[in-house]
Amino acid sequence: MNKEADLLIIGGGVVGTAIARELAKYKLDITLIEKKSDVGSGVSKANTGLIHAGFNAEASKIKGRLNVEGNKMYDQLKEELKFPFERRGALVVAQDEDDIPRLESILENGKKNGVPDLEIIKGEKLFELEADLNPDSVAALYAPTAAIVCPYELTVALAENAAVNGVEVLLNTAAKSIEVKKDHKVVYTNRGQIKAKVVINAAGLYADEVAKMVGIDDIDITPRKGEYHVYDKKLGSQINHTIFPVPTGVSKGIVVTPTVDGNLLVGPNAQEIDDKTDISTTSQGLENILQGAKKTLPKLSRRGVINQFTGLRPAYKETGDFIIEASDKVDGFINVAGIQSPGLSSAPAIAKMVREILAEILGGLEANKDFNPYRQEVVRFRELSVQEQAKLIKEDPRYGEVICRCEMVTKGEIIDSINRPVGANSVRAVRRRTRAGMGRCQGGFCGPRVVDILVKELGIDHTEVTEDGGDSRILLERAKESLLKEVSE
Amino acid sequence: MNRQSYDLVVVGGGPAGLAAAQEAYDQGVEEVLIIERDFELGGILQQCIHNGFGLHHFKEELTGPEYAQRFIESVGSRGIDVKLNTMVLEVSPDKKIYAINSEEGMLEIEAGAIILAMGCRERTRGAIAIPGSRPAGVITAGAAQRYINMEGYLPGKKVVILGSGDIGLIMARRMHLEGAEVEAVLELMPFSGGLTRNIVQCLDDFDIPLRLSQTVTEIHGQERLEAITVSQVDENLKPIAGTEYKIECDTLLLSVGLIPENEISDEAGIRLNPRTGGPIVNEGRETNIEGVFACGNVLHVHDLVDYVTEESKIAGKTASEYLNNKIEKREDEIELIAGDNLSYIVPQKITTKVKGRKRVDLYMRGKRPMKNAKVIILDGDKEIFTKKERFIKPAEMISLALPEKVIDKVTSKKVEVKIVGEVE
Ligand SMILES: Cc1cc2nc3c(=O)[nH]c(=O)nc-3n(C[C@H](O)[C@H](O)[C@H](O)COP(=O)(O)OP(=O)(O)OC[C@H]3O[C@@H](n4cnc5c(N)ncnc54)[C@H](O)[C@@H]3O)c2cc1C
Ligand SMILES: Cc1cc2nc3c(=O)[nH]c(=O)nc-3n(C[C@H](O)[C@H](O)[C@H](O)COP(=O)(O)OP(=O)(O)OC[C@H]3O[C@@H](n4cnc5c(N)ncnc54)[C@H](O)[C@@H]3O)c2cc1C
Repeated sequence: MNKEADLLIIGGGVVGTAIARELAKYKLDITLIEKKSDVGSGVSKANTGLIHAGFNAEASKIKGRLNVEGNKMYDQLKEELKFPFERRGALVVAQDEDDIPRLESILENGKKNGVPDLEIIKGEKLFELEADLNPDSVAALYAPTAAIVCPYELTVALAENAAVNGVEVLLNTAAKSIEVKKDHKVVYTNRGQIKAKVVINAAGLYADEVAKMVGIDDIDITPRKGEYHVYDKKLGSQINHTIFPVPTGVSKGIVVTPTVDGNLLVGPNAQEIDDKTDISTTSQGLENILQGAKKTLPKLSRRGVINQFTGLRPAYKETGDFIIEASDKVDGFINVAGIQSPGLSSAPAIAKMVREILAEILGGLEANKDFNPYRQEVVRFRELSVQEQAKLIKEDPRYGEVICRCEMVTKGEIIDSINRPVGANSVRAVRRRTRAGMGRCQGGFCGPRVVDILVKELGIDHTEVTEDGGDSRILLERAKESLLKEVSE
Repeated sequence: MNRQSYDLVVVGGGPAGLAAAQEAYDQGVEEVLIIERDFELGGILQQCIHNGFGLHHFKEELTGPEYAQRFIESVGSRGIDVKLNTMVLEVSPDKKIYAINSEEGMLEIEAGAIILAMGCRERTRGAIAIPGSRPAGVITAGAAQRYINMEGYLPGKKVVILGSGDIGLIMARRMHLEGAEVEAVLELMPFSGGLTRNIVQCLDDFDIPLRLSQTVTEIHGQERLEAITVSQVDENLKPIAGTEYKIECDTLLLSVGLIPENEISDEAGIRLNPRTGGPIVNEGRETNIEGVFACGNVLHVHDLVDYVTEESKIAGKTASEYLNNKIEKREDEIELIAGDNLSYIVPQKITTKVKGRKRVDLYMRGKRPMKNAKVIILDGDKEIFTKKERFIKPAEMISLALPEKVIDKVTSKKVEVKIVGEVE
């Protein structure tokens, strides 16, 4: 590969894809590279999925401003890109009268950030909002603008729309080194080189390493681990809002929240680690988050848990804030680093800020009149009315074949997810886009069937299908293959 | 919406559904439909290519597909309708079935009676929360069985199996025969959850070690599984610190339990028993919704398909009696309670009288291994029936035919069933 572009974005997380989609609105030749086999498979796939109202981030930080701004942008974004998003509202619940002043100071901070409609609720009214709260609860800060989102579908939607509007998205492509020339940079990847006028570093946990490639060595990103339990859909309807305990110094505490898919999610804890690849769960961590969640909702137990996962926050400890700036050392290099929480919430506002920075570097941007902000509708069979379902099957019988029983996903939807722009190419990429395999049987029934569909649609061999890209192959060889080899030798 | 109606609709075309449909038809039910989501009938048996099926029912040793084939043929010769590739989505309390397939689209089928025979699914890593990373190569034993036996691919070459139930044992042998190295079978409990014959034929014969009171406490590997950490557990089944050791492997097969597939039943308003995970039924295998029956693994997990067949015939027969108004309610329901040393009993109650019935078949499972034991049935504190069992094993279901004459004499509303004997 030997390519040229006006702009190269390194990293296909929510931040990189949001930037790509925002800049696709302008006449620019844009390439985005992602080292993994799918967009949104770094930090952006494993988090709490909250679009925070914005009362937590300190008003003095960039975070404080961008969170509220980003939150406001989500209604339009959802209209255009059609990802699951719901404004459920959030509660910060105090179980001790002594904590009420804490709630008041959070409310004050929220007001400074411009969070609308915050109020403190006391007594019985609390239990009208959430009947199963710990009976010790005395008051809560209520933030109606807080929302929940499906973070990987959001990222996929951004990437898809960027691609449809001309951004070239290259998967399995990792920046290895960068050569800084007078008026451009050459980015060397595992698949060849890309020459670009401006490079944007949106590499999440690895933003420090990418910065080092151009000689910037004062950005240190520390991974901070957070673990979760996911509960069966039967439990998702137990609560209506995202519920936080009163925060301690270090973290927001164990959150209990419904997800857009109707599951219940509890987590995360916070533990600083060294290894950026360590997304393992620990028995201690899992036990701690369960205990934390039980303080809020005493009804919870291990019963009904269907899965666990871990996410790593890319923390910039120096300031604890986002870094969003054109480097003063290297021309045409923009760092978007240290994007920990509320990075998801802020992503659209981060993209806007990057656009302003870029406009300054390039001396203005020319609008792309052909930009189409709308993403082609994704069929979600389970959400259609019976009439719509019947009609769809008549038009295309592939929608009459249910592949995932737990989440009711049809063959038509899975094939579509593979063939769309920036399509799925592994079992988990299909899962992230369609939910096939995310239910209570965790792919026990649909797994082999999804493998078959990937084989047919991608024209690959069974032994080439991966769980999640790279060397995560599912089937290693034909049955008896090694025995037959032994015999013939 | 495509509307149809049948006297009897059977949900699931595994051995349970097949036997139930056949029996109901033979008892005179004319319009019978079996709905199956897979592309063929036979259920889980189609992937169980080992032999050992049918010793009780056919008095010969068959493979899973052979056992299934006998029923598929007899159902085929009887004018029983079958819809394949059709997923049942919902069953309503007024006995309408909503299903979907490519050819007919959305179906609404009105049924005089319904038999639920959806089988079970496997418990996964998420459900038992094994800590560690999330690489490829950690899969359920049943999924591995399907990949190997139905699709012809090997999901791993250096394998550890967690769980020594029959599926775990059978898969240890299968993986070995297909060219993988099986490092060990690990079992959390101090005894195996599998049939003795399977331990001999699947492990001992191939020198595969069975390690009791051990479990996996961590998963290692980024993309593909690289190793697992194993720990000894104490009597409360908690890992003992300091006993950890590592096994290098590329595959971990989980055989850690089966869960009856009752989402549809639950949504229909059918009451479930937390012990079995299946519906609460009476002696005719009828659920709390009149005219809706359940049999096979959806009712409780069976170890032998022969009993699935026997139980499903009971359900099929009662469905025909129900459709012909031949069932009379008893004045007093008798509740059957699982007492000492029993983990569960099916049915959970006796509620009807049927002319000419000679016995009621009870199925139960022991809690712990025992020998020289007796199953005792108590009416109040009076022993009304006993049956000797040389050995009790949690892995092996106990069946007991309770004579109608004995039931007629019961005076209490609750009858306790318990096991006494020497704990092994
Ligand atoms: C536990 C946890 C909970 C959170 N909860 C919330 C929440 O509720 N609300 C909220 O607003 N935010 C939340 N966040 C924060 C949010 O998830 C992140 O801010 C956001 O996902 C960061 O996105 P990103 O695109 O910067 O990073 P990523 O998603 O990690 O994207 C960076 C991408 O760059 C790729 N990459 C790295 N190096 C290279 C290279 N050399 N070449 C090519 N590609 C490369 C990576 O593979 C990766 O895909 C949470 C975070 C965590 C960890
Ligand atoms: C790996 C393994 C090894 C075994 N080994 C032995 C052995 O050696 N000897 C022995 O005697 N027994 C053995 N058994 C036990 C025996 O095979 C099972 O008990 C028996 O198959 C259960 O029958 P079933 O009909 O209840 O369930 P299944 O065979 O699971 O059939 C249920 C059917 O219902 C269908 N279904 C489910 N939901 C729906 C829906 N919503 N709509 C339409 N269709 C649906 C399924 O596709 C399936 O075909 C083994 C079982 C397993 C899993």
